[in-house]
Amino acid sequence: MIKLTTPISEETARSLKVGDEVLLSGTIVTARDAAHKLMVEEKPDFPRPYMKDGVIYHCGPVVKKHEDGSYSFVAAGPTTSTREEPYQAAVCEEYSVRAVIGKGGMGPKTLEGLQKVGAVYLHAVGGAGTLIAKRCTKVETVFKLEEFGTPEAFWVIQVEDFPCVVTMDSHGNSLHKEIAAKSDEIAKELMGLK
Amino acid sequence: MELKNAMLELIRRASTDLSPDVEAALVQAYDREDEGTPAKSVFGTILENVKLAREASTPVCQDTGSVIMYIDFPVGHSEKVYKEAAEAAAMEATKLQYLRPNAVDPITGKNSGNNVGVNAPYLHFHQWDKDEVRVRLMLKGGGSENVGAQYKLPDTALKAGRDLKGVKKVVIDAVNKAQGQGCAPGIIGVGIGGDRVTSYALSKEQFFRKLGEPSANSDLAALEKELYEDLNKLNIGPMGFGGKTTCLGVNVAAQHRHPATFYVAISYTCWVYRRKQMIIKGSEVTYD
Repeated sequence: MIKLTTPISEETARSLKVGDEVLLSGTIVTARDAAHKLMVEEKPDFPRPYMKDGVIYHCGPVVKKHEDGSYSFVAAGPTTSTREEPYQAAVCEEYSVRAVIGKGGMGPKTLEGLQKVGAVYLHAVGGAGTLIAKRCTKVETVFKLEEFGTPEAFWVIQVEDFPCVVTMDSHGNSLHKEIAAKSDEIAKELMGLK
Repeated sequence: MELKNAMLELIRRASTDLSPDVEAALVQAYDREDEGTPAKSVFGTILENVKLAREASTPVCQDTGSVIMYIDFPVGHSEKVYKEAAEAAAMEATKLQYLRPNAVDPITGKNSGNNVGVNAPYLHFHQWDKDEVRVRLMLKGGGSENVGAQYKLPDTALKAGRDLKGVKKVVIDAVNKAQGQGCAPGIIGVGIGGDRVTSYALSKEQFFRKLGEPSANSDLAALEKELYEDLNKLNIGPMGFGGKTTCLGVNVAAQHRHPATFYVAISYTCWVYRRKQMIIKGSEVTYD
């Protein structure tokens, strides 16, 4: 088990390999569909301080607003990452992101981007909403809440021992690519196409 | 408003706890995977999360899905009453964080903030002869909805003809293409026949069946069994990490088709398989 804390250096990110189990702590930022589109089309400056050598989390949380105006996460598992495939590599480069947490893996464009930038893709357990929310210890601030709505906003949060597995690394390796190649062969056999 | 409160409780139960058949299937999957594998570890996390969510009465998954209700009601009841109660229950459930605000206007991009909007919640009404009301609720996640697929037979590339062998091929193709993206292990609903609309509807309605309960049609029951075994040979595994469990169940149904068409719709739901029902008889409400 590897303990990682933000900010993450390029050297540390490059030392991670597919299959490594990671416990992540520190400040991270949620960003999903609307956020990625915005970061590519308008390149806003507000996420920069949190994203440089930082971590993007593909997540649309369930959030509780307290009477004093503060927020906490109630359920916060990962969302499907592949929707950000058109944007992810450009976002990682523009904002010097060192890790992306999500589920389901990403495609060749992102894999190439991770190699270039020196970053990794971390897979969290999809559906583990309550369990992961317990590792999100504090909501620091939020951007674009009114405009994008709760699931799509940029939530800046602190996490402690957030469990993930490296499934795409900066050396061109992807667990998702391997599994898909094998299952394609099995599927062909089962369909009688081989 | 009693009906609203009963619906709110139904939503709370569906969002924060899984039905016993689903949890039992996840326990079996955990037992089946080899020690020290990522698959085993994923199922361990899944089971721990289910327990934590139930204890805290918080959503199992943060994607609390689209709210879909099938309502069967006696002669003389007003659909409007049920619609108003469902909307009020969805709003209240959002305030209490049983639901995430999941209704987005596709024109403006604006989230309604309370799960109410055009066709949200989505309601199917059916009048029946019984003197009781049945409300079946499904909270359908978006990630798994995205990996659903509809095929038109014959399919040249898959060499799938207009028969159950052809159906089997396209289901294998759809689940293989989904990989881990729909939060595998999934439950697969298959609708054969009908038109573009009704084939998807039939496939999704299969999610109301209990896991392991075979089709009453012996040909379809055999197909379900074969597909369940074949799909679990794909080694996609939980989250697409590889493993022995790619699906928890396959439910197939058929309906008559137009001579010119042969559709097969495949609906996929994630392991956070949320569907619950309640029966209202007089002043008594029972949940299942």
